[in-house]
Amino acid sequence: MSMLTVSGSPHVHGHQNVKSIMYGVVVAMLPAIFVSIYFFGLDAARVFFVSIAACLFFEWSIQKYLLKGPLTINDGSALVTGVLLAFNVPSSLPVWMIVVGALVSIGIAKMSFGGLGKNPFNPALVGRVFLLISFPVQMTSWPLPKALFNSAVTDAITGPTTLGILKEGISAGKTVQELMLSPNFPGYLNDFIGAQAGSMGEISAIALLLGAAYMFLRKIITWHIPVAYIGSAVVFSGILWLVDPTQFIDPLMHLLAGGMILGVFYMATDMVSSPMSPKGQIVFGVGAGLLTIMIRVWGAYPEGVSFAILIMNAFTPLINKAFKPARFGENVPVKK
Amino acid sequence: MKTFKLGGVHPEENKLSAGAVVETLPLPEKVCIPVSQSLGAPSKVVVEKGELVKTGQLIAKGESFISSNVHASVSGKVVKIDEVIDASGYRRQAVFIDVIGDEWVENIDRTPALVSEITATKDDIVKKINEMGIVGLGGATFPSHIKLMVPEGKKAQYLLINGVECEPYLTSDHRLMLERGNEMLVGIKILMKGLDVTKAYIGIERNKPDAIDHLRNLCKDFQGIEVVELKVKYPQGGEKQLIKAVTGREVPSGKLPIEVGCVVNNVGTALAVYEVVQKNKPLIDRIVTVTGKSLQKPSNLLVRIGTPISSLIDFAGGLPENTGKVINGGPMMGKALTSLEVPVVKGTSGILIMSEQESVRVPVSNCIRCARCISVCPMGLEPVLLAQLAENQGFEQAEKEHIMDCIECGSCHFTCPAGRPLLDYLRLGKNKVGFIIRTRGK
Repeated sequence: MSMLTVSGSPHVHGHQNVKSIMYGVVVAMLPAIFVSIYFFGLDAARVFFVSIAACLFFEWSIQKYLLKGPLTINDGSALVTGVLLAFNVPSSLPVWMIVVGALVSIGIAKMSFGGLGKNPFNPALVGRVFLLISFPVQMTSWPLPKALFNSAVTDAITGPTTLGILKEGISAGKTVQELMLSPNFPGYLNDFIGAQAGSMGEISAIALLLGAAYMFLRKIITWHIPVAYIGSAVVFSGILWLVDPTQFIDPLMHLLAGGMILGVFYMATDMVSSPMSPKGQIVFGVGAGLLTIMIRVWGAYPEGVSFAILIMNAFTPLINKAFKPARFGENVPVKK
Repeated sequence: MKTFKLGGVHPEENKLSAGAVVETLPLPEKVCIPVSQSLGAPSKVVVEKGELVKTGQLIAKGESFISSNVHASVSGKVVKIDEVIDASGYRRQAVFIDVIGDEWVENIDRTPALVSEITATKDDIVKKINEMGIVGLGGATFPSHIKLMVPEGKKAQYLLINGVECEPYLTSDHRLMLERGNEMLVGIKILMKGLDVTKAYIGIERNKPDAIDHLRNLCKDFQGIEVVELKVKYPQGGEKQLIKAVTGREVPSGKLPIEVGCVVNNVGTALAVYEVVQKNKPLIDRIVTVTGKSLQKPSNLLVRIGTPISSLIDFAGGLPENTGKVINGGPMMGKALTSLEVPVVKGTSGILIMSEQESVRVPVSNCIRCARCISVCPMGLEPVLLAQLAENQGFEQAEKEHIMDCIECGSCHFTCPAGRPLLDYLRLGKNKVGFIIRTRGK
């Protein structure tokens, strides 16, 4: 008789694997990819292509020639980073800068720590922040989207983002209401659909929410971080807004403008760099929400999502230690 | 729908043999009966080589508190007393008997008539269960009489009967509830008398609606026994999970169910108790599921203890060509066997045949810290952290992180998208930490 295989239990395995999770995230990002290509045209397609190609290339070459480990290019994580990095830059960014961003994302933020699963910070966000600090002009020149249902391509013209208009206007002494009525202000509906200036992936709330719903259904992400993040941001910005609605933006605008939805669902939920226990994830989300609003309101930059998430990433190991999951039989109610 | 709160997974159920009526396996030519068939110390052999034994005769006596008697499951001649590799993979002492006829010890009632009147006193019940070698038939094989001896200062309030059968593939308990319901219910009554409780709950997952309906009907004649329908979730058959699901109580870490006023017994144990107390029949046979996707005829068989599992597989259509693994138990907690000559013991609930293709573990990659292992752990532990500590020999820290609470259900490894063998490392850690605890202060 041939030999029997012997191994420890369990002898069956669930269906989810790293690949299915990563490609699930890619599928979830498709609506936002289409929206950005629709509004920013071929330029957006160019950025996606360069960013993805560069990320895959760096992952492959570093794994092969420096780490000399098994090739992980197929696991989909470099693809996710490539798309996310493209989501986080304007569509007009020069090719070489995208490549530099990809090198920082994959080479420094991910592979130097040992590859997938070992990176303390979200790779795409590290790449974005590096680019933002190194090339502030190019990273904040936002091509205007072509008007909705209007085929005239306007990608030669740039303009400020929703948050940029508000930040600059408020510090110049104007009220929020005056700014919202100004002709170049996109407004709630355009911010929701995506007809606003901004980073490629952040413009359309509806496309991002669609993808987020898919990730929930596929059980790729859980509710803890998104709910805590949005909840704390809404409560905090809501308090400020109630104190002085002329100086502070209302919570809904905070959600729709800028990178909040993108950051909340696609980057704060990054498994590798966020806490593990549900309690820890809620703490992480609350912290990121508070930091985002603080940076947006009082910081030098109009947008604070990437800094907020990266700062909270740094706290992840501490949060993991401090907030353990609830154990079975830990707090037994005494019954007689 | 009642269930336990923390963690849990839902593996494919694959109850292939759920419709297969229990068949009696023909007597084998030889049996090999290991003498340590319970959790606890091995028992002492009381027969000699060459001796003729009858079915039901005592062949090994439990001598310490936690150990149990073993009886001859066939009549015949003791040919040798030697070591055998049993289902756990260890060498154990065993009595080898060549079968001659089928002559039973005289005072065993072999008629099928239901004896529902319970004349035995509380003390008789405990004594009989002890003498007749009843152990927990759910798989842990804890001697059953000890569960009936409630420690001083504690009080049993509920008897819980485990008919959950949350392991995929296995159907022996399901068939038992359908086919031997009345006897099992009398057994439950006996256990209730032995424990001095007035309320018993039978926990059954809702994927066995026929068993739930059937027992609910029968329960009308049995005061104080209630069927509780449970949501399908693994590992609901775990003792602590079942208590939580049925009563909402949580057994504290490192404590026994009696701490929260509960005693848990398997449905098979309840039937064995009936046979012991009402029929005088020691534990010499049990129902075993023989199953697998590639197997010709997945079956439920009534098998004498000591029968080699190869006989069971032959009865179910023979070992398929492409067999990769043969598992004693279910796919989540069962043990892979090294040989088909391993005998059926009291704790054998099923034999699962897996094809070569099914036997390959998924490839292992880096942990992506997705925390799925944490969210599915029914004990609220952090398998990823414990596995890391065990791998790096941080056993003292692993103890502080409650590694000994792990019930080895395998949900963490089952669910890990990176295919990491978390439970392998946890077992290593538990083993080492257990050793540290035992030798502490010595």
